[in-house]
Amino acid sequence: MAIKKPKIIVIGGGLGGLWATMRIAEAGNQVMLFSLFQVKRSHSACAQGGINACLDTKGQHDSVWQHVVDTIKGGAYLANQPPVKAMCEDAPGLIRTFDRMGVTWSRTPEGVMDLRLFGGVKNKRTCFAGATTGQQLLYTCDEQVRAHEERGLVKKYEFWEFLSLVKDGQGRCKGITALNLRTMEVEAFRADAVVIATGGLGLIYGKSTNSASCTGAAASRAYQQGAAFMNGEFIQFHPTGMPGDDKNRLMSEAARGEGGRIWVPRKQGDTSNPLTIPDDQRWYFLEEWYPAYGNTVPRDVAARAIWKVVRDMGMGIGGKDLVYLDLTHLSEEFLRRRLGGILEIYEKFAGDDPTKVPMKIFPAVHYSMGGIWVDWEKNETTGALKQPSPRNHQTSVPGLFSCGEADGTYHGANRLGANSLLSASYSGRVVGESVAAYVKGLKESVDTAPEDLYGNEKKRQESINKQIMSCSKGENPFLLHKELGDMMRDKVSIIRTNKQLDEALEKLKELKERASRMCLDDRHGWSNASLSYARQVQDMIVLGEDLPIPEGKFAGDPEFEAYRAKWKENNTKWLKTTLADHTPEGPKISYEDVDTSVLPVEEPRDYR
Amino acid sequence: MQEIHLKIQRQDGPDSGPYWDEFKIPYRPQHNVISVLMALREHPVNVKGERVAPVVYEVGCMEEVCGACTMIINGKVRQACSTLVDTLAQPIVLRPMTKFRVVRDLMVDRQPMFDALRKVRGWIDIDGGYDIHVHAPRISPKDWEKNYDFSRCMTCGCCMEVCPQVNTRSQFIGPAPVGQAWLFSNHPTGKYYKEERLHALMGPGGITDCGNAQNCVRICPKEIKLTDAIARIGRDATIQALKDLFLK
Ligand SMILES: Cc1cc2nc3c(=O)[nH]c(=O)nc-3n(C[C@H](O)[C@H](O)[C@H](O)COP(=O)(O)OP(=O)(O)OC[C@H]3O[C@@H](n4cnc5c(N)ncnc54)[C@H](O)[C@@H]3O)c2cc1C
Ligand code: SF4
Ligand code: SF4
Ligand code: FES
Repeated sequence: MAIKKPKIIVIGGGLGGLWATMRIAEAGNQVMLFSLFQVKRSHSACAQGGINACLDTKGQHDSVWQHVVDTIKGGAYLANQPPVKAMCEDAPGLIRTFDRMGVTWSRTPEGVMDLRLFGGVKNKRTCFAGATTGQQLLYTCDEQVRAHEERGLVKKYEFWEFLSLVKDGQGRCKGITALNLRTMEVEAFRADAVVIATGGLGLIYGKSTNSASCTGAAASRAYQQGAAFMNGEFIQFHPTGMPGDDKNRLMSEAARGEGGRIWVPRKQGDTSNPLTIPDDQRWYFLEEWYPAYGNTVPRDVAARAIWKVVRDMGMGIGGKDLVYLDLTHLSEEFLRRRLGGILEIYEKFAGDDPTKVPMKIFPAVHYSMGGIWVDWEKNETTGALKQPSPRNHQTSVPGLFSCGEADGTYHGANRLGANSLLSASYSGRVVGESVAAYVKGLKESVDTAPEDLYGNEKKRQESINKQIMSCSKGENPFLLHKELGDMMRDKVSIIRTNKQLDEALEKLKELKERASRMCLDDRHGWSNASLSYARQVQDMIVLGEDLPIPEGKFAGDPEFEAYRAKWKENNTKWLKTTLADHTPEGPKISYEDVDTSVLPVEEPRDYR
Repeated sequence: MQEIHLKIQRQDGPDSGPYWDEFKIPYRPQHNVISVLMALREHPVNVKGERVAPVVYEVGCMEEVCGACTMIINGKVRQACSTLVDTLAQPIVLRPMTKFRVVRDLMVDRQPMFDALRKVRGWIDIDGGYDIHVHAPRISPKDWEKNYDFSRCMTCGCCMEVCPQVNTRSQFIGPAPVGQAWLFSNHPTGKYYKEERLHALMGPGGITDCGNAQNCVRICPKEIKLTDAIARIGRDATIQALKDLFLK
């Protein structure tokens, strides 16, 4: 007999967590939803561009199959294919559901959903809501969850931070401990199943395009308690970030698409006003190196070229990590019409008018393809996923599930634009259904778990906090984070050598040791943001060790390019998922074959 | 300009009194108020030379879409992340919003705004989060434009801060939730529950408490036409009141 009134915890209220919450609540289960802040402020709100689904409403004969192929090839064949197939097949239905939930999708004159063209594909397949698609999707999910709150099925724990899992003697997840970010007290919570939907890890690189909360700390905590982490080496860099002191904001690719030219002064270290530098003193290196595509080469090609010019040749503007993205040769009228909103972002945050002054940009850490490893069950008839199945999106810790950017399922070595709002939403829906199926199969309620499991874990967490709070001399968490970020951006970046990665691992060891001696300027017991920050930095460093993968897959390749597989000659060696298991000495790395049953690897990834 | 001079109104907790702290940090081009606060926490020493607790504030997206970092900067309520230091007179004066309970320093508790969204039935009712193989009804581009305007509300609270009718003596629900109530009732299926939303705004603290001062619409960082929604809801509420009277 199934257990009565299962208790379920969802950690994270971005698109992934909210979808999971919705589907679990709809099955009649109680959900406790944990988030660092009001879920409506989650990072998902940042996404501007759109979400992919084959609606084929533009007379282009777009097909779901083509979406599957683009996603698999885009990821260099390094994603397991049945989940990818399922996601692309279910995408149109997901979009229709979003539509019923009230998303303000942009409309055609006929009043149906509009579609736009996005990077890496030939057909219009990207659904969008003005220039704030992620915000609109997040808000509608937030609203649905608010309705479930009103119905008494969801209880929110906002301003609570997940600290650790509570596991029973058999290693099954039976709850969590969390920190109340107001009172700074630790509490333990019982749960029959737990979902981790805590988003990306860009902050391990100090500065990225991500929100302040995307530290990966929560994923790290699950990893340290036994959840395997996969494909940590695959980090997507956006070629045109606007470097800032607080974050590197995204400058849309449309700026290059509409005719923006990338250049550096030919004279090394030149700091003179760019407008006074004559054309023959400017080096348009993309146009020189890639005459066919020029400035519109794909994301990763552009990012690597910029890296090479700046880091290897030392040609960055004034010797810094900067190149020009120049629109000033185009008419202001044209630019305002075609790029209005985008130019405003630059003006707002950089304070310069890009129609008058060339923009300064540099590649920025943007998205983590890797994440917590999760299981899936194949449907042998369709070749996609069996749904629902309690195996789908369950981590290597029984009873612990994961979805969203926190898990590593759908994107292999590289994510296509507008595919991650899709994977976050889709995986949330799937995980919601698998959790509901999982708790149905449980024989014993968590209420029977012994109390000391919770008491002991709570004490362990309290003692970590106490140690940090009582220290009188030690490391400043904010400076330590900066050091971590600077090192990661330097060594585990766009072009990596084994030597650099070894150095990174060495440095991470040192940082880990220093992070155990954290000391705070804030001694207050109320709303102490420094304490939570310090703990996040500790865990970011540990997860950071999963990102430089110097051996195995890429062994002996002195200049490998981390996220583009040299296919064919290296297929047998590289068609693998990297798995990291935590040990106190560092990650234990192993490899798992990729399921390529949907689209055999017969063609290389094609760049368009 | 070699230094950035900050005057910050601080408070250790909801029940303790406010006090001022002053800081000077080295000038850097392109600083915004969040990046200044981030620089400050690395070396939190005030002008008196005392090492103090880093200033507590809320931050999220750092690109003015999440609403988290809202505070009063040189007298004007706005998002700290999109406020460039170069555009501000010094000393830069930072204060927490006044219409919400202070949690600590610049962090306030905006939960009442989220509770209000529950009160006005701030969602579209659906049978479930699964595909039923049809879309929602079509929406004209004109209606879309109006709806999109309101759907960008990031619950930042700027409009609440400047509204004279939102204060400790009144129960007024405030402009943002009214705007949201209008949004959901302007959706082709959301309008099925228009009546419920109107009723939620008809009693004490409802729509009639608005004094039409227009402050809200002028401050909204997303330029949401709040007073349009207030006017439309006001009209609909009057009609609803008559219906309630005669069709009972
Ligand atoms: C600038 C930018 C633009 C983008 N544009 C696009 C786009 O156009 N199309 C596209 O498809 N994708 C885009 N992406 C990627 C996409 O936005 C994200 O991958 C996706 O939104 C992630 O959703 P999520 O639900 O996994 O996580 P998030 O939205 O990050 O949510 C994480 C949640 O976890 C909670 N949390 C974290 N840690 C803890 C903890 N310890 N305890 C409790 N709660 C915790 C947070 O409070 C939050 O609620 C973009 C990303 C960026 C940075
Ligand atoms: S209506 Fe505007 S000012 Fe008011 S909360 Fe929403 S975004 Fe902020
Ligand atoms: S118009 Fe109404 S809601 Fe807006 S500020 Fe004035 S009183 Fe407040
Ligand atoms: S941090 Fe999100 S609006 Fe400023």
